[in-house]
Amino acid sequence: MKETTPEIRTIEESPAQRTRTWARQRFSAALRQSGPPAALIALLIVLWQVAVVIGRVPEWLLPAPARILQTAWEVAPALVLHIGQTLLETFWGLVLSLATGILLAFAIDLSPLLRRALYPLLVASQTIPIIALAPLLVVWFGFGIISKVVVVALVCFFPIAISLADGLRATDPEHVALLRAMGAGRGQIFRTVRIPSALPSFFSGFKIAVTYSIIGAVIAEWIGASQGLGLYMIRSANAFRTAQLFAAIIVTSLLSIGLFLLVSGLERALLPWYYTTKREEQWESL
Amino acid sequence: MPEPKLSVTNLYKGYRLHGLPVPVLAGVSLSALPGEFVTLIGPSGSGKSTLFNLIVGLEEPDAGEICFDGCTRAVRTGLVGYMPQRDLLFPWRSVLDNVILGPEMAGVSREKARAEAREYLPLFGLQGFSDAYPATLSGGMRQRAALLRTFLCHKEIMLLDEPLGALDALTRAEMQEWLLEVWGARVGGQTILFITHDVEEAVFLSDRVYVLTPRPAQIAAELRIMLPRPRRRSMVTTPVFIALKEALLAALNAGNSK
Repeated sequence: MKETTPEIRTIEESPAQRTRTWARQRFSAALRQSGPPAALIALLIVLWQVAVVIGRVPEWLLPAPARILQTAWEVAPALVLHIGQTLLETFWGLVLSLATGILLAFAIDLSPLLRRALYPLLVASQTIPIIALAPLLVVWFGFGIISKVVVVALVCFFPIAISLADGLRATDPEHVALLRAMGAGRGQIFRTVRIPSALPSFFSGFKIAVTYSIIGAVIAEWIGASQGLGLYMIRSANAFRTAQLFAAIIVTSLLSIGLFLLVSGLERALLPWYYTTKREEQWESL
Repeated sequence: MPEPKLSVTNLYKGYRLHGLPVPVLAGVSLSALPGEFVTLIGPSGSGKSTLFNLIVGLEEPDAGEICFDGCTRAVRTGLVGYMPQRDLLFPWRSVLDNVILGPEMAGVSREKARAEAREYLPLFGLQGFSDAYPATLSGGMRQRAALLRTFLCHKEIMLLDEPLGALDALTRAEMQEWLLEVWGARVGGQTILFITHDVEEAVFLSDRVYVLTPRPAQIAAELRIMLPRPRRRSMVTTPVFIALKEALLAALNAGNSK
């Protein structure tokens, strides 16, 4: 009963109230959504802690969660430089993957011939294990930042290129016809209809890309680096400092989540209409 | 007799479906005088929208001529204001930025186009909604926004493809009167080519009505609507109006049983 009242009330509400009600509903919906996984994770962590303590598992084999947290706190100052290095590689890798991904998507979109030529190759390129390719890239580009940037770009360009190409292809042909009837040229149509309507799809791909980007940088650092989270992980593993390794893993995962949220926020800021539309549709379905 | 603003002569158009030819237009001829409100009525799927696509220049006819002010044109796009069946508002643009698409494509600066569009918002019942996204508008408002977008193209000919088809009966009747008001009083003077399925709408709005046969379309009949302007809702119950409706229905049925 309680849940249905706000929906009925909203009919007479002002837009501002409506937004507020919507926000409230979103919050409880978010709680309903993220409550169960959070509880499950908490339970698993407790079980892990109990199992390690009761089973007297040696720390180099599997450290307890509490020990990992403590270690993370202790090594945090030392980690800062490594994090900085990894983020720098990730940033330039993302810049490079955006440039190549967008160029490829435009090329695929430009002509059916290019689409037929490029699209299967792009898909095939994703079957090559990057981790096997990384040593070769180090041979080609050296132990410096370039080989890491290239690995990140290789991991990230694909979802960007494909999502943008698919988004451009999915433009409503009637929208295009409308502009053609107004006498618009190909360039005007591209700017005015095709790019804006492809942006939601592009962001879906970009969100996938940024989620993988940090992992790409870490993998590249495994092969050989003088600084970075990947290097830190390898060193920790070699020294059987397993708690340190786990701490680095947690940092990596938090950085990936952070990047994802950053891009999600960017998407919301740049495509307010997309969320208005979705919200309206949600209202209609309530 | 003045020269027609738009004349279509002996237009043929067909498509191929699974390798089989499907004729859509089989020799359609029609014309519209300057400032005339001409309606095309016919069964659904009779090729009315195809006819519009040809006039607008989105497609080329297999045979026949399309003349503006007595001349054929190699490139017809950009010559007429075109309102397709769906409102086709861009969801990523505000109402204001949607309605200025025509001038924007013609190279008018956005600021100038917006300033002009703002003046027309009240007339089109869109005041206060200039910054709203189309998704937040009602069906009637979306149609009015699409109409304003067509008006702001400032073309002497406007093709309106079932602009009121998606609206409920009440809103529709309101919009018919409003459309005539806007066309007659404020923006005035344009030649309108209008598509509808609705016999009463055709009689209420038009100076002349062409009845199309089922596909492949030909002109089955042409009916002059001699009702005085301005048109009033009370006219729809007068004997003249009813007689015109009956004549139109008869022509439609005759065309159907062809």
